[in-house]
Amino acid sequence: MRAPIRNKEKLMTRILGGARLMLCAGLVLGGAGQTAQAVDHSFSSGFKFQERDGEALYQGICQGCHMPQGQGAAGAGAYPALAGNPRLASKIYPAFMVINGKKAMPSFAGYLDDDQVAAVANYVRSHFGNQYTDQVTPAEVKALRPKAPPAASE
Amino acid sequence: MSGAGYGSMSRRELLMMIGAAAGSSVAYRAMASLDLVAESDYKGPIKLEGDPKGASVLILGAGLAGLVAALELRKAGYKVQVLEYNQRVGGRNWTLRGGDSYTELGGFEQKCEFDPGLYLNPGPWRLPYHHNAILDYCKRLGVVLESFNQVNYNAYLHSSKAFGGKPQRYRHIQADFNGGVAELMAKSTKQKKLDQLVSKEDREVLLEALKGWGALGKDYRYSTGIESSERRGYDHDPNGGTIGKPVPSTPMSIDEILKSGLWRYLVHGHIYEFQTTLFQPVGGMDMISKAFAKEVGDLVRFNCKVTAIKQDGQKVTATYVDTKTGGTPTQVSADWCLCTIPASVLSQIDLDVSAPMHDAINALPYEASIKVGLQAKRRFWEQDEGIYGGVSFTDLPNNMIGYPNTGYFGSGKGVLLGAYTFGPNAFEFTALPPQERVKKAIEFGAQIHPQYKDEIENGIAVGWHRVPWILGCAGAWTEEKRKQHYNNICQIDGRVLLAGEHVSYIPAWQEGAITSSLNAISRLHQRVVNG
Repeated sequence: MRAPIRNKEKLMTRILGGARLMLCAGLVLGGAGQTAQAVDHSFSSGFKFQERDGEALYQGICQGCHMPQGQGAAGAGAYPALAGNPRLASKIYPAFMVINGKKAMPSFAGYLDDDQVAAVANYVRSHFGNQYTDQVTPAEVKALRPKAPPAASE
Repeated sequence: MSGAGYGSMSRRELLMMIGAAAGSSVAYRAMASLDLVAESDYKGPIKLEGDPKGASVLILGAGLAGLVAALELRKAGYKVQVLEYNQRVGGRNWTLRGGDSYTELGGFEQKCEFDPGLYLNPGPWRLPYHHNAILDYCKRLGVVLESFNQVNYNAYLHSSKAFGGKPQRYRHIQADFNGGVAELMAKSTKQKKLDQLVSKEDREVLLEALKGWGALGKDYRYSTGIESSERRGYDHDPNGGTIGKPVPSTPMSIDEILKSGLWRYLVHGHIYEFQTTLFQPVGGMDMISKAFAKEVGDLVRFNCKVTAIKQDGQKVTATYVDTKTGGTPTQVSADWCLCTIPASVLSQIDLDVSAPMHDAINALPYEASIKVGLQAKRRFWEQDEGIYGGVSFTDLPNNMIGYPNTGYFGSGKGVLLGAYTFGPNAFEFTALPPQERVKKAIEFGAQIHPQYKDEIENGIAVGWHRVPWILGCAGAWTEEKRKQHYNNICQIDGRVLLAGEHVSYIPAWQEGAITSSLNAISRLHQRVVNG
């Protein structure tokens, strides 16, 4: 069942979430004093992310919070670093977090398919100084998804 | 309200039927549509009667929830102190002006280069007429309000995939959608296709109504003529003298309108929260928090990063570090604590509350959203296109272009809201460096207003997941999360209770923050006075 329309962001995206033009951007340069940042950033259309490979997914989504070099950030609250994060020793851990979220981390289950989740989880485990070689598979990601709620309440 | 439309069934029976058949969220929606829960139930200034006998309250956060509590609790006789992370009051009640600098997480700094008098409200920017609590505080605190235009019939609806990417005037899409649908309905009615659904007497009424609603002509057709032009506008407007005779415009076919997808934007002004009249504070949204600061600014300690909130049977103790001077953590105690720290941040603080309250706080991430403000050398949307305030919508990632609802006909510069985006595109904008977000907003906006290329001279972009003190724009409740956690997040947990938009059913709205705070302090006061 759909949630009641009480949240204006949800409402807007529901109303306005029509198809959007895919646009490939040119070279992206950080400003003076800013961390050098990704190139070739593209925008998705509709209400699903369209980036497919791990690097594009990371640069399109994750680095907004976890930062371009996976270094994390801290203010009143913090975003954990992914660079050298020992929790990434488990290949399931980052996939689980992307699917289910935790605390300030939102769930991306509705935004990403199993292949995308696997791709970005494997990307963070093999970049930013992380050198894990075992890979999480889309089938393993699928198993992490919450069970669909029973249809009876509909 | 009248229950006549529901036959012999009482309103309560109807709600029970809906509730039983479809679950409580449907009942809630139905109740909202029947005006049972629709308005905030604010009934004028809060009355906290009875002596708090010197009780003290520590308020964490000086956003609107914290400011309202500080003002009302002090008035009621409490000893109040407020800790705030920022160097200013207001939280998301926030305005960026020329000369301001803003550093987001990751150390990305922006300097706002707007001309004097021009501003961007990175957070809330409008006040619905039925958000009675915030409107009343504006009145009481002398905050001057002006109209905020949500719907502008001369603004644009734009799809990159329809009409060759050419933006369409709202009035054209609005009139032609209504007219086209009315014509189809009238045709079906006359062809007796609705006979099963509509009684004979009602059919005549329906035809008459469709004619008026859709601007149909004598033969119930929506076509080129004065009737349709009075809705969508003329090719040559009625005028004086020798050029007075109007030339009607030609409607687009319903087929074209449906295929364009632009009809999806028409719902906007019909939504309760966006219905006329809306307001904005003259000079920027933060005029509200500045007015509160005049009342209770003396109670607020700035630059305090709270690291722990501990409680026992006697008191609550918060530990904080000064973000400017660093040094040893400081402790401050009170009898009670009203905590308005966003759940996204609070979930990372060492906090003494029950497991159900913890679970509620931990279950609430914050939504993605971005806003970009763009300064133009001249108000070309007014001068070239006759657009005075309101919003254009697009399927491009910038999503909206908001025109200033103030300073009309000014000969100087103006600031547009160049993007206001949610969902995937908001994450993608946030992941860019700020100046790149501005560039993209210009690139997208130029597809609607080609003048952008010559006229936009600077901009500032706020991606809410990078705002250091909130990590997102508003609590991301779902129906399931509400069921599981909402009641728990509202409780007085020992000596701690929470307030803010995240403790309300009006998420992301300032009214939610204020009514949540008033409700919390009412319950707290009952506890204090009655023991």
